[in-house]
Amino acid sequence: MSAAAPSLTFLALCLPFLAALVAPALTRRMGHNAVWILALAPALAFIHFLGFLPAVADGGAITGGYAWVPSFRVSFSWLIDGLSLTFALLITGIGTLIVLYSGGYLKDDAHLGRFLSFMFMFMGAMLGLVVSDGFLMLFVFWELTSITSFLLIGFDHTREASRRAAIQALVVTGTGGLALLAGLIVIWNITGVTQLSELIGLGDVLRESPFYLMALVLVLGGAFTKSAQFPFHFWLPNAMEAPTPVSAYLHSATMVKAGIYLLMRLNPVLGDTAAWTTILPVFGGVTLLVGTFLAIRQTDLKQMLAYTTVSSLGLLVMLTGFGSDHAIAAAVLYLVAHSMFKGCLFMVAGLIDHGTGSRDITRLGGLRAAMPITFAAAMAAAFSMGGLPPFFGFLGKEEIYEALWHADTWSLAFVAVAVIGNGLMFVIGFAVAIKPFFGPVRETPLHAHEGPALMWIGPAVLALGGLVAALVSPVTHRFVSSPMASAVHGAPELVTISLIPHIGAPLLLSLITIVFAVAVYLGLDRARRFADRSLRAIGWGPDRGFDQFMSGLVRGSRRITGVMQPGRLDIYMGVTFVFIALALLVPMAVYDEWPARPVWPEDAAFHELTIMAIAFIGLLAVIYARDRLTAIVSLGIQGFAVALIFMLFGAPDLSFTQFMVETLSVVILALVMTRLRLTAADHRPTGQKLIDFSIALACGTGFMLYLLAVTQQPFRPYLSEFFEAYSKVIAHGGNIVNVIIVDFRGTDTLGEIAVVMITGLAILSLIRVRASRPDQPIVDNDPDSEPTPTGAWRKGRKLGEGA
Amino acid sequence: MRTVIFRTVAPYLTSLMVLFSIFVLLRGHNEPGGGFIGGLIAASAFAIYGIACGVAPVRRAIHFHPMAIAAFGLFLSGMAGVLSIFVSRSYMSGLWTSVHFFGNWIDLSTVLIFDIGVYLVVVGAITSIALALEERDRD
Amino acid sequence: MEALFALLVGALFTVSIYLFLSKHIIRILMGAAILGNAVNLLIFTAGRVTREVPPIIPPEFDVPQSVVANPLPQALILTAIVISFSFFAFLLVLGYRAYQDLETDDSDEMRVAEPVDDVPPPLGY
Repeated sequence: MSAAAPSLTFLALCLPFLAALVAPALTRRMGHNAVWILALAPALAFIHFLGFLPAVADGGAITGGYAWVPSFRVSFSWLIDGLSLTFALLITGIGTLIVLYSGGYLKDDAHLGRFLSFMFMFMGAMLGLVVSDGFLMLFVFWELTSITSFLLIGFDHTREASRRAAIQALVVTGTGGLALLAGLIVIWNITGVTQLSELIGLGDVLRESPFYLMALVLVLGGAFTKSAQFPFHFWLPNAMEAPTPVSAYLHSATMVKAGIYLLMRLNPVLGDTAAWTTILPVFGGVTLLVGTFLAIRQTDLKQMLAYTTVSSLGLLVMLTGFGSDHAIAAAVLYLVAHSMFKGCLFMVAGLIDHGTGSRDITRLGGLRAAMPITFAAAMAAAFSMGGLPPFFGFLGKEEIYEALWHADTWSLAFVAVAVIGNGLMFVIGFAVAIKPFFGPVRETPLHAHEGPALMWIGPAVLALGGLVAALVSPVTHRFVSSPMASAVHGAPELVTISLIPHIGAPLLLSLITIVFAVAVYLGLDRARRFADRSLRAIGWGPDRGFDQFMSGLVRGSRRITGVMQPGRLDIYMGVTFVFIALALLVPMAVYDEWPARPVWPEDAAFHELTIMAIAFIGLLAVIYARDRLTAIVSLGIQGFAVALIFMLFGAPDLSFTQFMVETLSVVILALVMTRLRLTAADHRPTGQKLIDFSIALACGTGFMLYLLAVTQQPFRPYLSEFFEAYSKVIAHGGNIVNVIIVDFRGTDTLGEIAVVMITGLAILSLIRVRASRPDQPIVDNDPDSEPTPTGAWRKGRKLGEGA
Repeated sequence: MRTVIFRTVAPYLTSLMVLFSIFVLLRGHNEPGGGFIGGLIAASAFAIYGIACGVAPVRRAIHFHPMAIAAFGLFLSGMAGVLSIFVSRSYMSGLWTSVHFFGNWIDLSTVLIFDIGVYLVVVGAITSIALALEERDRD
Repeated sequence: MEALFALLVGALFTVSIYLFLSKHIIRILMGAAILGNAVNLLIFTAGRVTREVPPIIPPEFDVPQSVVANPLPQALILTAIVISFSFFAFLLVLGYRAYQDLETDDSDEMRVAEPVDDVPPPLGY
């Protein structure tokens, strides 16, 4: 491989994000025609990935990347094998068509640029997800798809339904993403590798680990939420609130397939265990049935398609869970077919909506003549969805029956599930393709007309793709199906199925499916009423459950906040100090580290004791002061006593500073207090006073005992000795305290004076707030000066300049 | 508070205190004193002047806004540390030199510049606080 | 001597915390002023107390000639005094402004940020 290839791949991965960057500007300049240029970005990436087909078909895998956090062995690296490549081609290929389609669909929307930007971001995230090699990169792109899909689903954010759907999708898939992260971390801990490419060979280590089940459940939590498996399926139909291009892209080929991608990717390492082959088919089967049952009930084209997407995803999970050769081949074929026909049908639904102004299947009819191209594309897609030859869906369905057909009851149960599911999907597919186009012409909000070329290119290409891929099935198998199946299986596998049906059980099952489907189709209205009635009878679903969960979350948070934050300062303070007292006293009690009983200092001089006594008296006076002046003076007394203590015990610098500070404190306290009409006296009831005093006493005692215990330890004067020894020699200063402040620890002091400065600014701005109020102008207390309505500072400045 | 005696004495008292604060600042490196103490003394001096004669005369007297003085001090302190980078020493290393001045050798250093910066920050910030509180609103 | 200091520190903490637990901002403010002294004296005592010998090297010597007071806690406390004063001033002005706007000095009645009858948050989307 040439040296340029890695960086080209990197460029291909970045292309969607670059397009997202320029989309708004380009759209503003060129209008909706900008999509012709913007579509080049995914198209170029598509061509780049096409170049890998021969190498991958020969069993190779392309890897490359850059180190990201080397110390944690986290890297930005990609792994392109059959599985990644198929996904990358679907994402970029369908992405190109969707970009064109968006240009037509949102032609007159003022926010087309923003929409395209979100769309490209999503495309980039999805592309990154499927080619990621590193766990962390996988997770980052995984969550990025959740976030960008949130933006896309909530695009029409003025409607509450859109907002709800967007939040629902984000909460469900985002939570699943966190489960995935936990799962990946568990896998990392078990195996010690952080790259998927290194993990592939370590399946046995993983399967034999006692934490296997934990890892599996967490990973499935991610995959099932993303791929809308029952009971997490509800977000997907709600996400139909998004504009149709989003539905066609996210809910056919990309977002919801991410979970399937993850399961397929991890099948070689996590698969082939009892848990895997039970959980996946059961959840998949249930999802398949629930999805089709719910789809029957709908009359909205997009909703019908959305529910069948749910059931298709269930089918894929079920097949991946079986893990046999045929099951994997079937999953691969069905996945490719589904991406094409479902994308096509969603775009058809959008075309019908665009052309007639309605999406309700009961109000549409006879559009065949007005919308011929749409009709042709819809029919082709329905044939593929129904599994009829000569379309690609046929191959998928034949392979499914081939895989499931075994004689034991377990398999037979799933055969029945598959027949019912496929039959009902057949019904929905043809309901979408036939009902709006045949029958009498109905009155629609808009005069029915064919969409512009921008809009029918996409469905036409996808419908043709479904046909061509099946006609040249040997080529498709060689370059797409077989390499992908090999990657999923973890061993070389050859897909051989062709359009020529061979007589056997699968053909018989196909015929049963078709007969069942035709019967249901003829009684569709009755079936819809039946489904509707039974769901009404149940009356509760995960969708309602989500609302209940969210409102419960809000109410619960409010209740907890009410307890934790009652909004009363005395409670906050009380709790804080109780905990401080506990933190001080409990460890001493538990480890029995009470200080030794202190002895009375014999050397304490009389004047020292006197000053201490003055400090105590000052403190008591502060508490018992009846008026504010006494309180202020008492405060000053204890402060000056502390200053004297500093003086007596060898700290003249501290003493001076303390004197000045206490003086200034008393002055400003007096200045402010004289303006407050209140007293310093205590209004608390006696009981409260007792409780508060106990808390305070416990804290004070705690600090006292702690300090005693500290001073009873031997003193280690390393630092002080260093400063004493070098203060004069290195820093040329005799006053060691000053030398420490301005020289040894100068940077600290710089930070401290910055704090002083900031407090000054904060106080000034607090006072300025008052000054800016027109009803309370500032006046100087200068007895000679005239009161002025402007700020005194400005006045002072003016006078200063004049002087 | 605004007695005649106080108002007469205050300007002289303030001048003396400011002079003393500069003295305390400069002797700080070898004797008790330094930027913090000096700054507090000067701030008290301005506060006394403000109580005695009103805020406007103080603002006139110091000419600059006190916060501007503080900001200049912070700048000075920061720059004092930067100087050492020009002689390839790490940030905040002290540099020393001696100059001959009226028959005496006087030690000058970046450390002294730093301490002057501290002094100015303390004077500026605390004077600003005190003056702001002395200005009262009419209520 | 440290024992006496510890007793004084304990008393300072007790009084300041008792004042803090009050509901009146003026008392809380005085508690804050005393708390600064309590912490400073705590640090001072933890560095051991020495009488009357300041940490100053005489001009003619390079190192102190006798046992001097521990300079390190003094350097810590010196800046702490100035900073706690600035914060005290800030709290004072904050309390004063709160009193002006809310016309109360009772912390129970200062409930602009966390009102008693807080409306429940919206449950929609």
